[in-house]
Formats: sequence, C-alpha cells, structure tokens
Amino acid sequence: MLTHDRWLLPEGIDDLFPHEARALEQLGRTLMDRLSVWGYHQVIPPMVDFLDSLLVGTGHALDLETLKLSDPVSGRLIGLRADITPQVARIDARTAKAGVPSRFCYLGAVIRGLSGHLDKTRNPIQIGAELFGDSSEAATTEVIHLLLETLALVRVENVHLDLGHVGIYRLLAGEAGLSEAEESELFDILQRKDPTDLRVFLADRQVAQGPAELITRLLDLNGPLEVLDRARDTLAPGGPLILKAVDEVANIGCRLTARFPSLPLHVDLAELRGYQYHTGIVFAAFVPGQGQEIARGGRYDEIGQAFGHARPAVGFSADLRMLASLSALKGQFESVAAIFAPAIEDPQLERAISQLRDEGQMVIQSLGGPHETAERLDCKASLRLLDGRWQVIQND
Amino acid sequence: MLTLALSKGRIYDEAIALLGRIGIEPTVDPDKSRKLILPSNREGLQFLVIRASDVPTYVEYGAADLGVAGKDVLAEYDTKGLYEPLDLGIACCRLMTAGRQGLSFEPGSRVRVATKYVKTAHRYFASKGIQAEIIKLYGSMELAPLVGLADCIVDVVDTGKTLKANGLEPLDLIMEVSSRLILNKAAMKMKHAEVKAFIDEIRQALELKP
Repeated sequence: MLTHDRWLLPEGIDDLFPHEARALEQLGRTLMDRLSVWGYHQVIPPMVDFLDSLLVGTGHALDLETLKLSDPVSGRLIGLRADITPQVARIDARTAKAGVPSRFCYLGAVIRGLSGHLDKTRNPIQIGAELFGDSSEAATTEVIHLLLETLALVRVENVHLDLGHVGIYRLLAGEAGLSEAEESELFDILQRKDPTDLRVFLADRQVAQGPAELITRLLDLNGPLEVLDRARDTLAPGGPLILKAVDEVANIGCRLTARFPSLPLHVDLAELRGYQYHTGIVFAAFVPGQGQEIARGGRYDEIGQAFGHARPAVGFSADLRMLASLSALKGQFESVAAIFAPAIEDPQLERAISQLRDEGQMVIQSLGGPHETAERLDCKASLRLLDGRWQVIQND
Repeated sequence: MLTLALSKGRIYDEAIALLGRIGIEPTVDPDKSRKLILPSNREGLQFLVIRASDVPTYVEYGAADLGVAGKDVLAEYDTKGLYEPLDLGIACCRLMTAGRQGLSFEPGSRVRVATKYVKTAHRYFASKGIQAEIIKLYGSMELAPLVGLADCIVDVVDTGKTLKANGLEPLDLIMEVSSRLILNKAAMKMKHAEVKAFIDEIRQALELKP
C-alpha cells in the first residue's frame, strides 16, 4: 500500500474536522432541544439491527442501500441502518398506548450502501421526528410545521415546500393491474415526467384506457396550490378515494398557508419521492442552489404492520450535515475563543485556570514545548501575571 | 434567469434552429467566440455550451436549469434526479450494435464489446442472455473490431457511412435516440412559472414547421 493510499477513505465516507464537528454538535443540540419542547421524545436505536427489522415494508431501494453482515451469535443477517425511521416504527409498535399518539425524535449516523449522483455522502447524520397513532390532517400539518421550524432554527433560508400524495399513484397503478416489475418501470417513468416513454409504456402493457388516461394526466398536475382545482376535474373519473387524496393535499396546503403566509408552496401529484414506504401525503423542502431536496417526509400508515401493530404515522428527516452546510450560522463555528496559559507550576495560576474552565471558557495550558505560543495554538487571549494576579489579556 | 445547457455540434445546431422559430437566439456565435456562457436576445435566458455527456450533470446539480441531451446519454447517465418533459425530436439517430458483416450472437455466447455506452451495453447484452465483456473507449469505436480489440461495438448510428467505410455493418437496434429537454427537479419546483412558460413555448416551437 502506498503511503498516500492510507489517507484514502471509502468513497462517499469522510471525516468531520473540528469546526465542522462543532457546528454539527451545536446545531444538532439546538434542534433536538426544539423537538423536545414540541413533545417529541428522543430515542436512540442501535446502529446495527436485524435486517428483517430494518427493511420491513420498505421496498427494494432501501435493501440496496443497506450494508449487510452476518451475526455470529444468531446466525442471522444484520444490517447497518441506512434509515432510522423503520427502527422508530418498531419502537412505537412495542410501546404504543392504544388511542394515544406517540411522538419520537432521533439524531444518529446512518450508512448508505450506494453513493448517489447528487448526494455523494454515504455517512449522513440523520435527524428526524415521527408522529404515530394519528392519521389526521392536523398531525401531518404538525410534522410539516416542525420541519419548517427546524430549517428556520438553523437559519436555512429561502425554503420552498413541495407537496405530493403517493396514494393517488398507488391507486392508479393498482387499477392498471401491473406486475411488480412493470410497476417499478412506470414509477421510473413518472419520476422523469417523460410523456414519450409513458405513452409507449402504457400502449405496450395494454393498460386499460381509464387508468392510462389518468396516469398521463398526473404528469401535468404540478404548480401552485390552484393546480388542485384542476386536479379535482381531471382526476374525477378516478373515483372518490382519489378525490379524497386531492382534498387532503388541498387542506394541508391551506393550513400551511395560514400558518406560513409567505412560504412558497408547490404541489406535484406525480412526485413519488420516498415511495419506498410512504402511503399518503409526501413533502420536501428545497432551497435555491441545491439540485435536490434538503429535507423530506410523509405519511406511512402501514409500516408498523410487520411488527404486529399498524398505526398511522407521519414523519420527516434530514441530513444534519447538509443542514449545517447550508446554515447561515455556520460561520460562528469556524473558530473558538480559547485562552492561552503558560507552562508554569503555580497554585494561583491553577486556580485561575480552574475558575475560567468552570465558567465554560476554553483554556489551553502550554505543556512547555518551545513552539507552543498563544498564536500557534489559535488562542486570542492569554493568562498573564499582572500586579500579582493572573489576568486574561487579549493578544495584540 | 434560466440557464439552458447544450452540447456543441448537431444538438446545438438543431436546438438553436428550433428556438429560432420562436425568436430566441444566442447573441454570440460559439464558433467565433471562446465564451462558454452565451447570452441570448431574450432577457433572463442564457446558454451553456458543454460536452454532451456533461449536460445531465450540469442540469442535475442545478448549475443549469434546463438542458438538451440525447436519449443515449440519458440512458447511460442513469439518474433519478431529472425530469424529461419533452421529446424534441431533434438529433435523431439509433443506438445499435455493429460488427463485421454477417456477425451474429447466440444466447449463451461470449462477446467482447467496445463502446462508450458501458451501462447501456451491459444491460442490453444481459437482456439477450449474452455474456459480454465491455471495453470502455472514448472514440473511434469502429477501429476496435478491425484490430481485434473487440468483436463488435455499440454506438450511435446516423447514416452508417463511417461503419461502411470500415467494412462494418449495423446489426441490432438497441434504442431509437432523439434529444430530450431535461429539467432540474428543484428548478421545476422553485422557478415553476418561468420554467413552465418556457417549456410551453418550446412545445409551440415543435408544432411550428420550420
């Protein structure tokens, strides 16, 4: 191995240096405190878990993302989590009190098996909140509100919110009577909003005219909230369940507009982000300069089924590292105000240092090395003996 | 401000001709200038001129809001991060296998393929049940079968003249290729009105005959 190869980290994996770690720690703490005052209780699920629990009801995509190893104790496959939400669903299924909603939040590292085109990192730090046991629009709105507050708190600015509803697509794909493989092809085409491929696909698979027509119409149902009026007309032949889904998007849009009058809101009924386990409303936050969403979430009412306790659920998550990099506060963490103390054995100096540290100030005492100056240790101030007292003096 | 990424050559020429029908044109000729960002006569619209295979990358990252890319490039780039709302029907050609005359493959056989479309070639031969060893080349694919580097090639074929001049012939069609208008997802959501109006205009341009 060449020496320079030893510096190499696996693709998409990286270290966080002190100023980045400081930013992450501070912002993470601020956010967890805020989630806590909303009544969301922190849980800390393990980094590794039985594969079955990590992947329940989540689909193929998360399976590919999850790194696996075999557990010598049980002989079963265990996975390094690529998403924390299914673990929190398991916690809820075990602790739920009938009829009462539960609120959980979490902050932890996840490992992704694949490095995306845009999202290169394979070791994001996921932060999120999940609300179980309530399928109402109020619950969905609370979680979106919390997402927006999270972004505001870390000063991520110019946030645009995108709203969709995967239930509409699920109903139409169901009616079209496609096999699993065909459905994933259709999913892929809709993600690209490609009318040419869609036409060819629907004709090739001989999808009945009714659902085919409605699926095609989905492609154009995007824009400001008013698009939903058009959706009610064009999707009317799809039946009451579809209209109910459209109304749900509209109602949540209205609630959000009332709470956040200046929030730019965009609706897209063909957006299937997080289709892996979501069943209803999905949402995501975008900011200028980022080609993809910076935080996402939605309703997933069936995931608990696998743990024997299906409860309605809605949640959001984001990569804290992404939020830190976009935060207008990040400059604050570039440097710290450290105080330099000389390498002198003096009880008085000891006391002065202790006192400063008790107050929460950073004091770095020289170990006596010839190069350890205040400047080279990045200290802006020093302890000096003046008038028989150790005092903090700003460096010149 | 909208930024449209184009690649030099056929796509640039045909896309600019298409935009010309609705009165949009660059104010700088890229053949006479070394500029890579070209302003247009339309306020709030500029062009980037880049390599064809880089177009999806620029658009996906949001460095350009929109782009024009061949379906061959998009299939190879293999992303979930782009919208392809419009088939522009320009720069049409076919992605094909090609080799010496009379070459044919049986399922279960092994073949060596030279191409720049590594993923697409891999998927194609796998679907035919043929074991393919793919050799990535960046140009002059036609040379590979002649010097014994590969049994066949996968490349876009327009007139087939280059193949013929080298004693090769097109064999099987992998896909029909035309250029698509591609779009950054975030741009669609954050600049919706602007982007949608522009797409509608291009759709009109497609209906106008040159």
